Amino acid sequence: MIEYVNLFLKAAFVENMALAFFLGMCSFLAVSKKVETAVGLGLAVMFVLVITTPINQLIYDFLLKDGALAWAGYPDADLSFLGLIAYISVIAAMVQIVEMAIDKFSPSLYASLGVFLPLIAVNCAILGSSLFMVQREYTFTETIPFALGSGFGFFIAMVALAAIRERLKYSQVPGPLRGLGITFITTGLMALGFQIFGGIQL
Amino acid sequence: MSNTKKILVDPLHINNPITLQVLGICSALAVTTKLEIAFVMSAALTFVLVLSNVIISLLRNAIPPSIRIITQLAIIASLVIIADQVLAAFAYQASKQLSVFVGLIITNCIVMGRAEAFAMANPPGAAAIDGLGNSLGYSLILVVVAFFRELFGSGNLFGIEIMQTVNNGGWYNPNGIMVLSPGAFFIIGFIIWVQRWISPEVQEETN
Repeated sequence: MIEYVNLFLKAAFVENMALAFFLGMCSFLAVSKKVETAVGLGLAVMFVLVITTPINQLIYDFLLKDGALAWAGYPDADLSFLGLIAYISVIAAMVQIVEMAIDKFSPSLYASLGVFLPLIAVNCAILGSSLFMVQREYTFTETIPFALGSGFGFFIAMVALAAIRERLKYSQVPGPLRGLGITFITTGLMALGFQIFGGIQL
Repeated sequence: MSNTKKILVDPLHINNPITLQVLGICSALAVTTKLEIAFVMSAALTFVLVLSNVIISLLRNAIPPSIRIITQLAIIASLVIIADQVLAAFAYQASKQLSVFVGLIITNCIVMGRAEAFAMANPPGAAAIDGLGNSLGYSLILVVVAFFRELFGSGNLFGIEIMQTVNNGGWYNPNGIMVLSPGAFFIIGFIIWVQRWISPEVQEETN
């Protein structure tokens, strides 16, 4: 049990998707102007992540891995090169479903997320976590805490950045640094803060 | 300035994909600890971006708008699989170090962004030039960031020792933060600062 908690903490803090691996940066920087939208998008990313990574794990284990098709009578088949296209299809389909669900249950959130909702499909954090899952050879049960942790880490980082940027509005920033420049430097300082979690293990 | 030249040159400076369009930042930050890796990544992205722009531009009248995202993704993913397999076959070391980031070209916003913004509305020739211009703009930032990170983070350039580090009996004390993630954020922040100081017309009004 403790190793699953450990996996969760590691994925959320030590190997934070946004701040340590730079994944999902585009939406991370673009949607973090207001805390409210950041919370909405963070939750949507977390939700899609938690569903797609385990599904992709099953696809990899039972269809694509070297020798995975043994149950169908093809013990020599190795389809792992098809991984990328399989994962991205699962993600794109999932995002479509989430989009329809949010539109139905919370039209105001739907309007405020705007174009960034369909763009979750091309959020690197989601495809990235599927690829990390394959690379690190997680089993199905390990994948669930890993996906939860990655999503939670992304959510925390994004909401924190949005909160800082709301305050930043009132400060005097030199002209050329305004907007994107100061956001990068702020994110750098946040990443520096997240470094203190390095090496924490249960 | 002629239109073709504008399409090619604009993305290098005043419409740079990374520092102004805010596209493709994930990989720009992640693969820049070494110059060599940055070059391999730039080559892979150039290949995918130019070809995807051309293919999508050729098919632009045949793609139904309602399913265009998934069509574009399928084209891009196929090209990325080719790039990934070629790298694994001919540059195994580099492909190991890039780890998941070659696969992540699929979700590199530059590729999707240019497909959406340019290739869907322009003929293949112009789309190819646009793809090349944007890849060059991307590569330029990648190489500059990697140059500073490798030089100050480990005292090397292309793996060749430039400043002898203390560990090897030299004088230079490597700046560890350059190798870690915060270094990348700071350097891009500074690049943006310099760039917008040179061209004040691209500055933003508010934070």
